[in-house]
Amino acid sequence: MSIEVLNLSKQFGSFTALHDVNLQVHSGELLALLGPSGSGKTTLLRVIAGLETADSGQVLFHGEDATDQHVRERQVGFVFQHYALFRNMTIFENVAFGLRVRPKKFRPAEAEIRDRVMKLLHLVQLDWLADRYPHQLSGGQRQRIALARALAVEPKVLLLDEPFGALDAKVRKELRSWLRRLHDDMHITSVFVTHDQEEALEVADRVVVMNEGRIEQIGTPDEVYEQPASPFVYEFLGNVNLFHSRLHRGRAWIGDIEVDAPDHPEAEELTAVAYVRPHEIEVERTRNGEAVLAALVVHVLSVGPIVRLELVRKNDVDTTPIQVEISKERFRELRLVKGDEVFIKPRRLDLFPNHHNRTSDAVQAR
Amino acid sequence: MSTFKQHSILPGFNLALGFTLLYLSLIVLIPLSAAFIRTAELTWLEFWTIVTTPRVMASYRLTFGASFAAALVNAVFGLLVAWVLVRYHFPGKKLVDALVDLPFALPTAVAGIALTALYAGNGWIGQFLEPMGFKVAFTPLGIFVALTFIGLPFVVRTVQPVLEDIESELEEAAATLGANRWQTFTRVIFPALFPALMTGFALAFARAIGEYGSVIFIAGNMPMISEITPLLIITKLEQYDYAGATALSVVMLVISFILLLIINLLQWWSRRRSIES
Repeated sequence: MSIEVLNLSKQFGSFTALHDVNLQVHSGELLALLGPSGSGKTTLLRVIAGLETADSGQVLFHGEDATDQHVRERQVGFVFQHYALFRNMTIFENVAFGLRVRPKKFRPAEAEIRDRVMKLLHLVQLDWLADRYPHQLSGGQRQRIALARALAVEPKVLLLDEPFGALDAKVRKELRSWLRRLHDDMHITSVFVTHDQEEALEVADRVVVMNEGRIEQIGTPDEVYEQPASPFVYEFLGNVNLFHSRLHRGRAWIGDIEVDAPDHPEAEELTAVAYVRPHEIEVERTRNGEAVLAALVVHVLSVGPIVRLELVRKNDVDTTPIQVEISKERFRELRLVKGDEVFIKPRRLDLFPNHHNRTSDAVQAR
Repeated sequence: MSTFKQHSILPGFNLALGFTLLYLSLIVLIPLSAAFIRTAELTWLEFWTIVTTPRVMASYRLTFGASFAAALVNAVFGLLVAWVLVRYHFPGKKLVDALVDLPFALPTAVAGIALTALYAGNGWIGQFLEPMGFKVAFTPLGIFVALTFIGLPFVVRTVQPVLEDIESELEEAAATLGANRWQTFTRVIFPALFPALMTGFALAFARAIGEYGSVIFIAGNMPMISEITPLLIITKLEQYDYAGATALSVVMLVISFILLLIINLLQWWSRRRSIES
């Protein structure tokens, strides 16, 4: 079932949690709401669930207006960060809860409840824990039970609020890929909230990057990582180097390097910031006659297949270190050690005119 | 010693345990055992005659019956008060919160006099109740009212913190699973509150059994009708019948102990099913 969010706004006192948000969740997809804390992602999820009411705007389920529907009637499965399992009930009763509270005529027979609960426990691979109580389970097990409980009522959409946020790194990783596989089997429309970019990029079909109550970008993990729509997305997703540059009529300069800037043909003597990913910087030992930037190697981290270099530009007031990632083979060719002089050149960059003199918004400029 | 002493980084186990035992002995056990020793002056037959006279039997029924009823009423309405204080925001909430402790702080005699003045036939409330056929002051009903009054804070103050700790996420989870408010309360919230409610009930019950000051003013103290056991004990003391007084005390002590033990067992059983992680 598809979800549509139209012009949603929500205010908590003077704090704007959601600012005119529009979003389409396609039927059967796994969507991540990604953003720092306070970006409004959890509020958006809770409004979709009906646990929070928006000040204005609409939520549509499968094209039908659900804005005024009570949580009970929305048929959403909700998974909380801290599991919210019922302590006084066994695992079995926790999962059976949604079936047992149904009005008599819709309530399945006891045998069928038993059957369905055990099937779900089997699905989350914890059927052997049916008679235990929540406090006897580990965090990862509890979250899987919480998921089984949410699925028991056969929800039309599944909403997960930082589902792995309270778990340690190893369990997190396991559950992450497990959730992905589960989703591939069930194809239930799912939205999950996370502040962990790796989690969002790894699990989701599409990622919604949020900041300060607005959506910064919506796209596949590849799109948001490779073509960030704004400086915020660039900095939030992965490491990035910032270079000061000059922008003039479709051309840009970083030091002596001149590049095309076809997105900014009308720019007149603007300062801009060039964003370059660490793996998109070429490193050479010699100048080769090309326009390059001279830098010194200040740190080498050569663990794993990727070697991370930390460089500082020579003859420059700008002393922020430059992060560069090269392959181990390239590193062996160059035979770099700390203190060496190198010449670098960005292979690919994105330009965002500075805010104080911008002629157009950075987001629109792309 | 080392067989049951576990190694701990907290020092002073021996000293702390020794002090605890000494303190409990001095404050609780020795005075209580004095009652038993004093009673031992009586033969079993004398003891049995004193503690089973019809007047004394009537007082047991009244004391334990009214205390139980009052604690029960407090459990229900104390829960309600705690609920309102935790869940809702309204002007004057702090004041209401403070009012709850009043029966606790007030000298019980003051409470007794105030209640008697209110519920007597010419009192503010009594003048309306009496024509309707409810005689409160100087009847067992009055005793029940006084015991309810003094027991209220115990239930409210034990339930309140537990209710505050119940995450709203639990209720939200129940709602997303399709439960209505009543189902959420009976299946999710109440079971979580139950151990605390039992504690509050037990405390209110225990307090009511031992209550003397507020009751004697409103009870009328008619033998066989509105005479509580603590009053009988005082009466015997005033007649220098120390052995008789301690005999009644011993009976009250044993019954109270058994009742509290039962409540504790119930509590332990219900808590075991829902321990916090």
